[in-house]
Amino acid sequence: MRSAREIAQSVRGGASAREAVEAAVAAVAARNEELNVFLHVDAATALAEADAIDARVAAGEDPGILAGVPVAIKDNICQTGVPTTCSSKILEGWRPPYNATVIERLRAAGAIPFGKTNLDEFAMGSSTENSAYGPTRNPLDPSRVPGGSSGGSAAAVAANMTPLSLGSDTGGSIRQPAALCGLVGVKPTYGLVSRYGLIAFASSLDQIGPFAHSVTDAALLLEAISGHDPLDSTSLPEPAPSLVAHLNDGVAGKRVAWVRELVDGADESVVASVEKARNVLRDAGATIVELSIPELRLGLSAYYLIAPAEASSNLARYDGVRFGQRVDGEDVTAMMEATRTAGFGAEVKRRIMLGTYALSAGYFDAYYGQALKVRTLMIEAFSRAYGEADMLLGATTPSVAFEFGSKTKDPMSMYLSDVFTIPTNLAGDAAISVPVGTGEAGLPIGVQLLGPGRSEASLFAAARVLEKAEGRS
Amino acid sequence: MSADLTRDDVIKVAALARLRLTDAEVDLFRDQLAAVLGHADDLASLGTDKVAPTAHPFALANVLREDVIRPSVDRDIVLAAAPDAQDGRFGVPRIVGEAP
Repeated sequence: MRSAREIAQSVRGGASAREAVEAAVAAVAARNEELNVFLHVDAATALAEADAIDARVAAGEDPGILAGVPVAIKDNICQTGVPTTCSSKILEGWRPPYNATVIERLRAAGAIPFGKTNLDEFAMGSSTENSAYGPTRNPLDPSRVPGGSSGGSAAAVAANMTPLSLGSDTGGSIRQPAALCGLVGVKPTYGLVSRYGLIAFASSLDQIGPFAHSVTDAALLLEAISGHDPLDSTSLPEPAPSLVAHLNDGVAGKRVAWVRELVDGADESVVASVEKARNVLRDAGATIVELSIPELRLGLSAYYLIAPAEASSNLARYDGVRFGQRVDGEDVTAMMEATRTAGFGAEVKRRIMLGTYALSAGYFDAYYGQALKVRTLMIEAFSRAYGEADMLLGATTPSVAFEFGSKTKDPMSMYLSDVFTIPTNLAGDAAISVPVGTGEAGLPIGVQLLGPGRSEASLFAAARVLEKAEGRS
Repeated sequence: MSADLTRDDVIKVAALARLRLTDAEVDLFRDQLAAVLGHADDLASLGTDKVAPTAHPFALANVLREDVIRPSVDRDIVLAAAPDAQDGRFGVPRIVGEAP
């Protein structure tokens, strides 16, 4: 499949956008039944949008940096009139009456929103096994999970159905599936990308970001969707940063920290990939320093109080009154209980229960309040680390893609999949996962680069150094 | 703390969250929530008396805009997505009992 950059360049030069969309339609027809990547594709509308792009080019207009590029959309992002389920039965049949800002931004850049991808219900999970519409399979090995929660968006790109996709990352839900599917995945700085129209899971942690085969394509997509949005009160004030222009800035003179807590407990092959990345960056002129940030070990525990607490509040809106499914009851409380009991899956119920408990009278200070203080400790620890290094290096996940059912019995073992990714969300910082090396069964391994808020340009430049050393584009 | 989590706690929390659980689910959730909260207990021993809580990654102030009328989603479109709508409003089952 052609890269997004190649498609956009050729379409802007007069080649057919319809052809790019037809290729996506054909790829979906070939493998979607096997992999369960897309929950909804409207090929006719996508082709009509492609024709409109072609007409604009023919009329002498420039549709934008993503002209004619089909982009798969995680199904927790609202698109006017297009079914949006969050992979939950409770939203079955719902069609949003408005577009998320990222959808508007994609169209403004000439891209074509192409179908809605599967996820763990309400983005709660690390394997896409929690979807009410069945699991997504990893295109590289269909006996294994693609990771999650943005497993469908990762699989869409890994299976070459679309060159780009959007996911959302609350505790690692872009970076972890990117690592497990051999892709570049980015968790942008909190507030860089508007959350307007992203269905809320944990509002202080959620952030939309890109999946791509290459750092360049990821940079194109992130540039297109980021920048201030008056519809999101947590949106950063500045316009989109320039990323593509800095892709080849390299790492000369940068201080890169090897962080013990970001590799401890990872499989040997994963640690070997991080070591390989360290050597590549050192050879490219970076200074390597070694750091220990013990506070990172507290991240998982704090996250599994903060995220469920926010979720229990955000998901209170699914009560059968204004949208989505309703199960009748004799009075309004019985209706709400029946609706929520039938509509939510087990993991969502577990997290709502956990969050409700952590926020309930008598436990608030001990759990939620304490977790917020630990969040402060983590932010302070990151801040100290960024005094000694420009970016941090570590693993994205402890292992390569795992097999179906191997972590579903024990929620804690699944939660540990995100141990290296969670701290960035708690701090509101930026991080990128890029494939380096392979492990068991030849499966890809992701290496993570973490930076302070608004450090995307240097993270992308460093990721590009790693990508080139791997012989990728 | 978490070792004390009882079946009654789980039932109470489910009621607060507007969820109905089967007996088997109560037992399962008790065990699973206790396991997760057991990890959270690691946080309790940290000395955090002088640490301020962070609810949000960035210091947020009120975000204001000019008070001007602008278009929003039409009421009929919003109501069309509701399970029940009557007379321009959302329809719900009875909230309070009939007057005696």
